[in-house]
Amino acid sequence: MEMSNHYDAIVIGGGPAGLTAGIYLSRARVRTLILNEGAVGGQMVLTHEIANYPGVESINGYQLANVMKKQAKTFGCDIQSNISIQTLNLEGEIKQVTLTSGKTYTANAVILTPGGRSRTLGVPGEAQFKGRGISYCATCDGDFFTDKEIIVVGGGNSALEEAVSLTKYASKITIVHQFDHFQAFEHAVEEAKANPKIGFIMESKVTAFYGNEKLDAVDITNLKTGRVERFNTDGVFIFIGYVPNTDFLKGKIELNQWGEMVVNADMETNVKGVFGAGDSIAKKYRQVTTAVGEATVAALAASNYIHQLKTEKNKLVIEAN
Amino acid sequence: MLYTNLNHIETAGQHAKVINENENVMVCCGRMGPMCIPVYGIMEDLEDEYSHVKFFDMEFDNPEAHVIRNLPEVRGFMGIPFTIYYKNGKVVKATSSIQTRDQVTSILNQEFGQPVNA
Repeated sequence: MEMSNHYDAIVIGGGPAGLTAGIYLSRARVRTLILNEGAVGGQMVLTHEIANYPGVESINGYQLANVMKKQAKTFGCDIQSNISIQTLNLEGEIKQVTLTSGKTYTANAVILTPGGRSRTLGVPGEAQFKGRGISYCATCDGDFFTDKEIIVVGGGNSALEEAVSLTKYASKITIVHQFDHFQAFEHAVEEAKANPKIGFIMESKVTAFYGNEKLDAVDITNLKTGRVERFNTDGVFIFIGYVPNTDFLKGKIELNQWGEMVVNADMETNVKGVFGAGDSIAKKYRQVTTAVGEATVAALAASNYIHQLKTEKNKLVIEAN
Repeated sequence: MLYTNLNHIETAGQHAKVINENENVMVCCGRMGPMCIPVYGIMEDLEDEYSHVKFFDMEFDNPEAHVIRNLPEVRGFMGIPFTIYYKNGKVVKATSSIQTRDQVTSILNQEFGQPVNA
């Protein structure tokens, strides 16, 4: 294997946590590679305004991500974005990542910061009508549904709040939710219930999408009776929460029942030399600042781990001689 | 104007000039939102690799973006960004909403050819 493919540390994920780890490690002269499956910045780039990042009065997420990326690069961090990981081996002293492009990289330590993504329904027709009637972003696509009758799927804060915001455009909104009650805060539920444009179908799921050039109808299945009804609609907005991007880590490190990474106070997972930070670890609060803080700890702990590993190896070489 | 690192198209005239003076052009017409930003990021990443393609963005709410919003190829589109691929000034492909890197490179390879050093 070419030595140029070996790094001291590989960071998987390029959101605020991954970029922070890259900044800290590279500045400490730890040769670091950030591998990122999407665009650099993670969920942070989707934030229109970040007004509570200490030391910065107001900045949008895209700009903050670009500054962090520039900082990491300035300190010598290599960054590869929009890559796909084919195989990952976290066992032993040398960790190995192979990309679908065929490139393989090794490192002494790995920091996992894969973040999260919007959950999809995963039912027939969903992929086909994405952008043709199905949307996951009210502020992006709401105006395409002016004076149209639409469905909002979900029962959390996002679903209820976005349904209310979509009443600016749509003539009628039907919220479809799988339970007999909402998980959203009471004030969000009350606001939605008080809106004359919003109706509710409870204990039901959207189970299929239909249309030709664009979405025309959905199947709604009543979860109590099993009855399936075809429901004509111009659009469906789906807000059913986020899932951690940890599918590729199953069986490699400890994950909890929600698929979140379990880490200790040093942000280390149950595998030696493998650390985690950001939205995909098991925790209560998910903020840019918490991700940055966790990644700082992870980077310092990883840096220390790498130093110890190298010191021990040098000692063995000296003793052998 | 969009605050990406891509070259921006701001007028219908500039749009016409760009697609007529370049053989292969990709234009992403969107806003600074969760469906659009990932596509801009992919384009920024591909700019060096696909040197035979010119990459641009255009703000969806710019009135001049009617040159994209009114294309027959985007009829039925109900999700931004509208991403248009032009060859010699003609639309060869158009997509609606967020796309992955694989989806974008698949179109680029098919319509404009793979990068020379691929």
